[in-house]
Amino acid sequence: MAENTAAGTAERTHDVRLEVNGVTHEVTVPARRLLSDALRHECGLTGTHVGCEHGVCGACTVLVDGRPVRSCLMFAVTAQGSEITTVEGLAEPDGSLNPVQQAFRECHGLQCGFCTPGFLTTVTAGIKENPCPTHEEAREMVAGNLCRCTGYQNIVKAVERAAEIARGDTPSAPAPDGDDGGLEAATGETEVARDDDASTTGLGA
Amino acid sequence: MTTKLMGEAVQRVEDDRLVRGGGQYVDDIDLDALHIAVLRSPHAHARIISIDVDPVLDIEGVHAVWTYDDLEGAMAEPLPLLIPHPTLTHGRTQYALARDEVNYVGEAIAMVVADDRYLAEDAVAQIAVEYELLPAVVGVEAARAAENLVHDDVPGNIAARSEQSNGDAEAAIKAAPHTLSLDLDIERSACMPMEGRGVTARWDTANGRLQVWTSTQTSTGVRAAVAAKLGLDLLQVDVITPDVGGGFGVKINHPWPEELLVSLAAQRLGRPVKFTEDRREHFISSAHERAQLHHVDVGFDDEGRLLGLDVRFWHDHGAYTPYGLIVPINASTQLVGPYKTGPYRVTFDSLYTNTVIVTPYRGAGRPQGCFVMERTMDAIAAYLGKDRADVREVNLIQPDEFPYDHGLVFQDGRETIYDSGDFPTMLQKIKALVGWDDFESYRAEMAAQGRRVGIGLAAYVEGTGAGPYEGAHVNIESSGKVKVATGLTSQGQGHQTAFAQIVADELGVPFEDVEITTGDTRRMAYAVGTFASRAAVMSGSAIHLAAKKAKEKALRIASDALEADPEDLQIVDGVVSVKGSPGTSINLGTVAVLSNPLRYAFDEASKAATQFSVGDATKPPVAEGDEPGLEGKDFYSPTRSTFASGMHAVIVETDPDTAEITILKYAVVHDCGTVINPMIVEGQIHGGVAQGIGGALYEKMAYDESGQLLNASFMDFLMPYVTEVPDAIDVDHLETPSPLNPLGIKGAGEAGVIPGSAAIAAAIEDAEGLPITAMPISPSELFELRAQHAVAATTPEEN
Repeated sequence: MAENTAAGTAERTHDVRLEVNGVTHEVTVPARRLLSDALRHECGLTGTHVGCEHGVCGACTVLVDGRPVRSCLMFAVTAQGSEITTVEGLAEPDGSLNPVQQAFRECHGLQCGFCTPGFLTTVTAGIKENPCPTHEEAREMVAGNLCRCTGYQNIVKAVERAAEIARGDTPSAPAPDGDDGGLEAATGETEVARDDDASTTGLGA
Repeated sequence: MTTKLMGEAVQRVEDDRLVRGGGQYVDDIDLDALHIAVLRSPHAHARIISIDVDPVLDIEGVHAVWTYDDLEGAMAEPLPLLIPHPTLTHGRTQYALARDEVNYVGEAIAMVVADDRYLAEDAVAQIAVEYELLPAVVGVEAARAAENLVHDDVPGNIAARSEQSNGDAEAAIKAAPHTLSLDLDIERSACMPMEGRGVTARWDTANGRLQVWTSTQTSTGVRAAVAAKLGLDLLQVDVITPDVGGGFGVKINHPWPEELLVSLAAQRLGRPVKFTEDRREHFISSAHERAQLHHVDVGFDDEGRLLGLDVRFWHDHGAYTPYGLIVPINASTQLVGPYKTGPYRVTFDSLYTNTVIVTPYRGAGRPQGCFVMERTMDAIAAYLGKDRADVREVNLIQPDEFPYDHGLVFQDGRETIYDSGDFPTMLQKIKALVGWDDFESYRAEMAAQGRRVGIGLAAYVEGTGAGPYEGAHVNIESSGKVKVATGLTSQGQGHQTAFAQIVADELGVPFEDVEITTGDTRRMAYAVGTFASRAAVMSGSAIHLAAKKAKEKALRIASDALEADPEDLQIVDGVVSVKGSPGTSINLGTVAVLSNPLRYAFDEASKAATQFSVGDATKPPVAEGDEPGLEGKDFYSPTRSTFASGMHAVIVETDPDTAEITILKYAVVHDCGTVINPMIVEGQIHGGVAQGIGGALYEKMAYDESGQLLNASFMDFLMPYVTEVPDAIDVDHLETPSPLNPLGIKGAGEAGVIPGSAAIAAAIEDAEGLPITAMPISPSELFELRAQHAVAATTPEEN
C-alpha cells in the first residue's frame, strides 16, 4: 500500500483495466484506491453509492463476476480481470428496466434512493440464484443491506415481485407513463392478485 | 384521462432515474473539484494550546491548510444561533474551526484542501495539535450535577430553563384523589441518513458568483448563511439542493462548518471544492437527539381522568445550541397528546454536555413527550387496575371540542390549538386493528406453549406544517408543459410526484406534463425548508394556490380568444374548451403564447396562436396590472400549525430465558388529513415505524465517561436491517381534513416514529409484569431488570 512517506513525494500509482458494464476503463490509481471510489470518480459511474466505507450498509454493492461484492471493501487494483456490473449496467440491452428495477419502482421500494443501487445489484444476483424465493428467502436476500427510509416493507414486496417478473409469471403492472399499453387487458389480473396491497399497484387511473 | 389524482397511489416520477443509478447526489456532481478533509478533536473537552500545520504545507497535492487563524471577519465569529428564544439565556455555538477550546469529540479544528480525499486525510494526520485536557461532562446527570462546566461562563451547564403552564397543576394534583410520580428516561440516537452531509462549491471568477450544491433541508437558509459569512450579496450566491440521500432532521441545521469552509475555499482558491462526510464523521460531527430525563407528578380520579400534570425534564443539548430549543419545546408541548390533561405545568432545563450537538431528529422531541404521557397513562391504569385503553378513552379530546386550545405556546411561537381530529374513533380503530379485546385469549394460548407475550398502545398528536411560509411558482410553457418550483428541499419524500398530482388536478393538465423543482434558489428564492412535517402542508398548499392563479389567467386569456365567458370554460388534458362544445377549444400552450405579446414566433404553438386575437387594440399590449407569461406565483402562510395524530399498538414476545424481544404485530392508525398519495404516506409510516423500533430496541449512542463515542460505526450502532423490522406493519387511515389550508392536508413525514418507544415499552411491561421506565431497552438490560425485580420481590418492604 502506497503511503504518504515523505513530504513532496507523489504517491505510486498503478495502471488498471476495469471491465465495467461491458466497457473497458483504463485507470491509473494508487494501490489503496477503493473500488467504490474508482468506479465513482475514475469511471464516472456515480450510481454506486458509499454509505459507510466499512462494509456494513451494502449501498456500494456491485456485481463482480456476477456475485454481489461491497466495492468499499475491495481495492480497484484487485478488480483487474473481473467483470463488474454496477447499477448503471442492470437495465436490459434495449434500455428498459430489468425486473428488479421495475419491481422496486412498482412497489415503492425506494424513497431517497441512496441505498437503492446496492439493493438492486444484490437482488439481481439473488433472484438469478434463487428464481423462486419464499417470503422468508426474499427477506433473507436483502438482510445485509441497510435502508433508513422504507422500513423494508416495500423492499421485500419488490423482491418477490421482481422474481415474479423475471419468471414471467405475471405481466407487468401498469406503468404511470402509459407505456406498456398492450398489457392493459392483463393488468386487472395483476391487481386482483395483489389485492392485499393496493397501494403499490401504481397509477389508479 | 383527467381523473382526479389527489388521493391516488400514483407511482413516483423520481424512480426511473434513481433505479438506473441516475440520481445526482452532491458527491456525484462532477466539477473536477478539490477535496477537503477536516481535523476533528479527539478529545471531548480540551483547550487548544498550539496547532502546527508546517508538516502539511509542502505535501504534493495539498492546496491549503486552514485553522481558526486563517478565518477573517464574519467567518471568524461563532456560527449563528438560528432560533433564539427568550429562555435560551446562555446560547452558545461553535466556530467554523475551533478557536481555543473544543467541546466534543469531532469538533472541527483544521481543514486541508487537496487533490483528493485520500491526500487530504493523509495531510490532516500530519497536523500536530497540543491540547490541555479538561474534564468532560457526559450525560444529563453529570450536566445537572454541574461539578464540571462545559462552558466556563454557563453556570450549572444550563443553556435554558423554560416553564409553561396552563393552570395551577400543583394545587390540582394536591387536591386529586390519586397521585403518582414517575421517572422516565430516553437515550440518545441519531437520524443516520444513508448519505451523510456533503457540499460542493464553485466560484465563478468572471461573474463574481458562488454556486453551492449541498445536501441540506434548507437551500435558502444555507444561501443566506453563506452570503452573510462570506460577505457576499445574496444575489451572488446560488444554493442548489440536488438529490439528497435522506435527512430525517439532521440536515436542517445549518450552516455546517464545512458548508462555509468549502464555499470560502472555492472562492479563495478559484477552484471547485467539495466535502463528503464519511460515516465516522457523521457519527461524531453531525447531530444527535432524544436524550432526556423526566420526572412526572400526576393527579387523577377513580376513572383515571387526569386532574393535574406536572412534568420536569432535563434535556441533553450536547455542546452547543445552534438550533435553539425546538426539541425540548416540542417535547414539552406535544407531551399532552390527544388528552385533556387538566392543569399542566412543564419545566425543562436544557443542559450542555461535552458530546455532539443535539438538533431535531424525526419527531424532534415528540417521541420523548409521547413516551412520558403514555407511560403515565399506563401507570395510572396499573394503579387503578383498569384497562389501559379505557383510561385513555376517558381522557380523549372529543370531536366536538375542536378547535381545542391547550393554552400552551408551540415551537413556532403560536398557540397550541388543535384544529381537527377524531381521537375516539381512532382508538376504536387501533383496538380493532391490533385485536386489543381478544388479546387475553391470545396471551393464554401463548402461555400454554410456554411463550410470553404482551400488548401495548400509544397515542400522539403532532403539530405539522409550521410556518412561516412557503411559496410556489407555476409556469406554463408554450409547449403546454408546466414547470413548477417550490423552494423547500426533498430528501426522498416523493415531492416531485405528490406536488405534480396537486398541479395536474388544479390545472387540468396531464400529470406527465408537470415538472417540479425543489430546493433551488435560482428558481425560488423565498423558502424556509423541509422540517416539522411541513412540505406537503406548506408547499402543497402554495403550489395549489399558485396553480390556481395560473389557471385563472389561462381562463381569462382563453375566454378572450374563444369569445366565451370564463365561467363556461373548462381545462381538460391541457386543452381549454367551452363546456358542452368541445370543438371550441385552445391548447394551454397556445394560451401561453397569447399571454406573451412577442413579435417573434418560433414553435407550433406560436403558429397556432395566430388564429386567435386577444387584447384590446386601443390598450397597451401588456395591460396595466398584468404581466407577460402564463404564470402563477403564490405563497401560503398559515396562522398556526395543523395537528396530525395517530395511535400505534404493538404485540411483543419476550423470551423467558434470553430476554430477547420480538415484535409479533405492529399496527398503526394514522390521520394526516387529506391524503395526496396513499402509497407515499404508507412508505413514510413504514420508515418511521422502523426508526421507532430502532430507537426502542437497538439504537443508542454509547459514550464513555471521557466523552468518546464507542459505537461510531454501522458495525456497532445497531440500525435495523430487515431482520429487525416486523414482517408486516398494519396501517389504517383516518382522514380529518385540516380547516387551516385549502387542501385539508396535515403532515405525515415524522409521525411513524413518534409513539414507537412508548408502545413497545408498554408491550414489554405487559409481557413482563415489571415497569419499563427507560428506553431503548436491550435483551441484556431486560435480563438485568428481571433480576432486580426478582430480588425486590423476595425482599419486600425493606426499601
